[in-house]
Formats: sequence, structure tokens, C-alpha cells
Amino acid sequence: MEPLEIANKLRDKFPLDVADITSFRDQVFVSVKRERITDICRYLNEDQDIRMDYLADVCGVDYPEKKFRFEVIYNLYSLKHRHRLIVKALVPEDNPYIDSVVPIWSGANWHEREACDMYGIVFNGHPDLRRILMPEDWEGFPQRKDYPLKGPEGREYKGFEETKELHTHDNEWNIR
Amino acid sequence: MKNNGGSANKEENARLATKELTLNMGPQHPATHGVLRLVLELDGETIVKCTPYVGYLHRGVEKLAEHRNYLQVLPLTDRLDYISSMSNNIGYCAAVEKLFGIEVPERTQYIRTIVAEMTRISNHILWIATHALDIGAMTVFFYSFREREQILDLFERLCGARLTVSYPRIGGLKNDVDAKWLDDVYKFTDEFPKRLEEYETLIDKNRVWLKRTKGIGVISAEEAINWGLSGPVLRGSGVPYDVRKFMPYAAYDKVKWEVPIGKNGDVYDRYRVRMDEFRQSNSIIRQCIEQLPEGPIMADAPKFTLPAKDRVLSDMEHLIHHFVLITKGPQTAPEGELYVATEVPKGELGFYFVSDGTGKPYRMRVRSPSFVHVSALPKLCEGELVADVIANIGSIDIVLGECDR
Repeated sequence: MEPLEIANKLRDKFPLDVADITSFRDQVFVSVKRERITDICRYLNEDQDIRMDYLADVCGVDYPEKKFRFEVIYNLYSLKHRHRLIVKALVPEDNPYIDSVVPIWSGANWHEREACDMYGIVFNGHPDLRRILMPEDWEGFPQRKDYPLKGPEGREYKGFEETKELHTHDNEWNIR
Repeated sequence: MKNNGGSANKEENARLATKELTLNMGPQHPATHGVLRLVLELDGETIVKCTPYVGYLHRGVEKLAEHRNYLQVLPLTDRLDYISSMSNNIGYCAAVEKLFGIEVPERTQYIRTIVAEMTRISNHILWIATHALDIGAMTVFFYSFREREQILDLFERLCGARLTVSYPRIGGLKNDVDAKWLDDVYKFTDEFPKRLEEYETLIDKNRVWLKRTKGIGVISAEEAINWGLSGPVLRGSGVPYDVRKFMPYAAYDKVKWEVPIGKNGDVYDRYRVRMDEFRQSNSIIRQCIEQLPEGPIMADAPKFTLPAKDRVLSDMEHLIHHFVLITKGPQTAPEGELYVATEVPKGELGFYFVSDGTGKPYRMRVRSPSFVHVSALPKLCEGELVADVIANIGSIDIVLGECDR
């Protein structure tokens, strides 16, 4: 199926949830509301004409000036039919929740953890939502647009709580 | 400790307490191929739970890219998968070229295919060397590094760098190849299949090797797809998904080659798939050299590509053009989003760009195969023995620089 056909089929199936369909360089992007994301993904995965069996990627994007600040991008591919569709779920800043798609594609696990780590988007129903790339006690979400590339002093990593005592000990011996 | 019965009597069993042991493996462990940390919960020697911890090599490449223009991001991609940097460069350039709508000349497509396949050979050599070393076959390492050295020397002659090459450019290449270099690459491909047989005589039917790899780390085709695995790891389970065939780029649709697949999805099949890929890569390089067309190597896209060096040194307009592009970078880009995938030696490397029309990417997402493969490591390891973790890590062929980005 052509990607645009899939997008239209999806809009017919979920008329209230599909917000927008765009296309750029032969790729089709469907913006959807976040509330029924698992239903939409399950439909795309299970419908035999669409059969999006391969979740290539999940990632977040930050648009600070838009009404819905975050987008979660699901990059879907069908190994059976060889077509691609990119689904974008809109997530607001004040309540950044969205349902996890790990029950549908196991591979979403770490991608969602990374989106949570970098943007602070919370995935409901995720089996193990911890920070993944940043240290576990890191404050802030580094890939948000308002997070500086190189932060002021206070933003720098100071070490784990347990090891702070050891660090003061180093100072006495003029190690650092 | 788990008691397997036998000589110990029942009273003795009741006296011995059974408890689970937690074992920390890494981040500084030679067999984890980088800074990967695994926390293993053991029942005897069987793994009950495996939890990988990553992020020790996190440099924030995606964040850095948002603050650099499209030309400046290229060297960052070298440092993703630093042992096959050429493939990353090509993947990045292919994505940016599609975003900009640049048509790359045919000669460049062929040369990119040649160097990408050379990278695949050198990457797989590093993989077989370390994988066999981990499992206990040391000689393979000495044999195979001889060939890897030849490829790195060829890269050095081509562009001056051995590891972090930055040889492709957006819209073309840094420099053209010369006939002598092509001859030497062709000579290498003459020799290489014989060398490959040497590696295989060492391990292919080796009893220890078979015991350590057959039936270990089995993942079925459905599960492998569901986990989003790609590259040789997915093909080892019998799924013929290869980006080079499914979404051809460079010159892959102009040469004849096959996608090797496995059957059982265990460590041995993944090993066989990569060994067959060596031969396919070798054949692709030979065909590309034979068919290599003449012509320019840079696309005609003055907004994004540098002018020829001899023109810069003799002509005012070209000098200004060069100066502006180097100091300020491209000023505009088409607005839009797109995802472009390429097949790097480890699997599917995808770049997702969000462009807001300025000369810098608004968002650059790197979909790296190693990240996905490490996430599936617990799936492969759980229920198996500690020693099999090493075989599994080797068989998924990860580089943590790419995993953590």
C-alpha cells in the first residue's frame, strides 16, 4: 500500500484522533492525539493489509512555542509489505503522559526510556521507566530546547550522594 | 547453589542454603567490548535476570548536532560507531542529501559502495577476531588483523585517516580515487577469499567452537522482528531484511549480490551470516571497481557543496563561496522531516531529521543498531549460563559509542 493510502485508511478508522496528514519527500507523517495511541498502534500492527511489524524507532521532539510542546515519533515499517509510516503523537507540556507501546513492540522499551530521559515524557504502563543514558540522579531533561548546551556551574554533575564524602576526603590530600 | 543430584545425600542438601547471587560485569571488562555494564542475577551458573546499564559513553551527539550546521555534524558521526566510521558518514550524507534534494553523481555512488563494503569487511574482521578471542580461539585474532591492517592502510592512502575517516561529503566525496588505489583494492579482493578460508579452517568445524555457539542465544524470527533487531542479528534468525535490498541507496541496486540468512537464530547462525557477508562484500567491491564510471564526484549544488580547490585558488567568486560556506555554513535548508536508513555493518542506522529551514538541524535523531541490540541482550541471555553471556555479546556485535551516542 502507498503510505498516503494507509494514512487515509487510518483517518477513516480513527476520524476523531487523526489531527493532520503531511508528506515530505515521499514519506507520510500522521499526527494523532495521544489518548488512543495504543489502539492506533495495535490497529496498524494487526491489520493484515498494513501490518507494521517493525518498529524502527521511537523518539521525542521538543517545540517550546507550540500548543503541544512535545511530539513522540513512532517510526513504523512493514517487513511484509515494505512500506513506512511515521506517526506523531502530540503531548502537552503541563501533563506529559502517553501510553507505552511496549506491549505491542518489545523493541520500544529502550527508545521510550530514552525519550523519558531526554525530554521528560512519561510512558504509562512501561515496564521499567528509569533514566538510561544520564546518571540516575540527574536533574533536568538535556534535550529540551531550553536546556543549555553547556550549562552554568550549578548544572554540572557533582557525583553521586554516596561518594560525596569521598570527594571531600580527596581535597584534604590535594588530589584535585 | 543449585544441586544437580548425584552423590550428595538429602540431609546434606537440606543443610546447604540456596540463595541467588548478584554478579556485576563491567563496565571495565574486556569481553563487554566497551563500557557496557551488566548486572546478572544468578541461580548457580544459570542467569535468572540480566540488566544492562549503558550511557558511559554518552556524549550527546543528538544535542550537539542541534547547535552545529549540517557540514559540522559530519565528524560527529565518525564517533558513533568508531570502527566503521565510513558507513556512518555515508548514512549521514545520504540522509542530508535527501533532505536537501541533492542528486549525487554516479561515480560517487560507486565509490561510496566500495568504501562502505571495505568498512563492512574491516568491521566484521574486528568482530570475528574479538568474538573468537572471547570464546577462546586466539589464533583467529592474529590471522584476521593482518587483513584489517591492509584495509586501514588503504583508507589512509585514500583520505589520510585510518579510523575516523570523514571521507564522504554532503553531495560527494572529499577527493577522487586514483587508478593505483583501485588496483590495490582489487588485489586485496583477489587474496581475501583465501584468507577467509583460513579463518574458517580454524573455527568453522572446531568442536569447542560448535559447543559454545550452537543453540546458544536463540531468538526466533517473530521475536527478532518484534524487538526491532536488524542487520546480521535479524538475518541470523532467517529474516531477509537488508536495507540495501529493501530501500537501495548508493550503487547496491546496480550490482549482483545476495542476502545471506541463517535458520536457527543462534550464535552460530549469526556467525555464519557474517562469514557469508564477507564474501558478498568482496564480490560487491569487485563488481563496483569493474563497472566504475568516469565523471565528476561532487554534486552540482553550490549552496551546500564546496567549490573545486583549483577554482578557489584562482577565482574571486569561488574564494568567497568557499569562505562563506566554511565560516558560516549553509544558510537555508528545505523545511520538513524525513527518515533515511542505511545498512551499516551492525544493522540499520537511521537518521531522522527535523528541519526548520535554517542551516542547522532542528532535531537529529540517530537510530543506532547497537542501542536496540543491547536492549535485547536480556532476552538472549536469560536462562543460559554465565559463559554464554560472552558468546551472546560477541554475536550481537555492539559498539558502545554508537549505543550511547
